[in-house]
Amino acid sequence: MARLLVLLAALACAPAAWPKEAAPAAADPALEARVMALSSELRCLVCQNQTIADSNAGLASDLREEIREMVRQGKSDRQIVAFMVDRYGDFVLYRPPLKATTALLWFGPLLLVLVGIVALFLRLARRRRAEEPPLAPGDEERARRLLDGGGTEAR
Amino acid sequence: MNRFVLPLGIFAVLVALLGIGLTLNPREVPSPLIGKPAPHFELPQLGEPGKTFSERDMLGKVWLLNVWASWCVSCREEHPVLLDLAKTGTVPILGLNYKDERKDGLAWLHNMGDPYRLSAFDFQGRVGIDYGVYGVPETYLIDKRGVIRYKRIGPVTRQVLKEQILPLVQELERG
Repeated sequence: MARLLVLLAALACAPAAWPKEAAPAAADPALEARVMALSSELRCLVCQNQTIADSNAGLASDLREEIREMVRQGKSDRQIVAFMVDRYGDFVLYRPPLKATTALLWFGPLLLVLVGIVALFLRLARRRRAEEPPLAPGDEERARRLLDGGGTEAR
Repeated sequence: MNRFVLPLGIFAVLVALLGIGLTLNPREVPSPLIGKPAPHFELPQLGEPGKTFSERDMLGKVWLLNVWASWCVSCREEHPVLLDLAKTGTVPILGLNYKDERKDGLAWLHNMGDPYRLSAFDFQGRVGIDYGVYGVPETYLIDKRGVIRYKRIGPVTRQVLKEQILPLVQELERG
C-alpha cells in the first residue's frame, strides 16, 4: 500500500513527463502518410542521426511543413527529394545515390566479403595440403584391401 | 612471428583511418550551393519593416551574407569578429536574421553592436531553407555575379577570416 502511494505521488509530481497530445495531423491521412514516408528517408542536419520524421528540431518541423506543402502542390517524390538535395546535398539522403564518390560506400562491404572468402579458401587449401602427408608405401594397398574386402585386418 | 604481421598491419591501417575520422567535423557538410547562384529572396528589413532587401541589390559587389539570430549562442562568439571586420570596411556584411522575433533581433543588435549594413528579417525561416541553413551562424561569400563562392558553417573565427575568407574576397574583388 505504501509503495502504491509512493508511486502515485511520484506520478503526480511528474506532469511534465506525461504524454502530450499528438500534434494535429493533416486532415488527409494519405497525404500525411506520404509526408512521413518521405521525411523518414531524409536526414535532419541539426541532429544528424535522426530522420526529419523523428526529429523535434525546429528545422525538422519546418522541413516537414515544407514537404507537406510540396505534396499538397502535387509534386512527385523525386521532385521533393531533389528540392532537399539541392539545398543540403546528398548528405540528407539516408540512402546515398550511386556515384563515383559513393562507390566505395556501396560496394566496400561486398568487396570485404569477397576478400574474406578468397582469404578463407586460400587458407583452407594451404591447411589441407599441410595436413595430408603423402601415404606411406604400402598404406594405399592396405586401404584398398580394407575397403574392398570389408574384412578386418589382422594385426 | 610472421602470422602477426598481417593482423597488425590491418589494425594499424584501421587506427589510422579512425584517427583521420576523429579530426573531421561531421557538421561541416559540403554545401551543394557553392558555385551556384545565390537563391533569390526578397524579405523585409529588420530595422525598417517597410523596406525590403533582395540578394539582387548586391549584384556587382563581393559581399558576405551572415545568418544570425538572437537565440543563437555561437553568434555571440562570432560577433566581435564581425564587428572588427565591419570596421575595416573590407567587405560589406549583410545579415539574415533567422527565425527570430523582430524586437529580440533589434535588441541584440542594440546591445552587442551592429556589424551589418542591414539585416533581412526571415521570420519563418523559408529563406534559410533555400540557403540550406541548418546551424546558425552560417556565412556565405557571394561574388559580383551573385554566385555563392564559399560557405562557413558555425562561427567565423579570426583564423577562418584571415586564412579563408579574406584571401578569397581579395581574389574575387580582382576578378
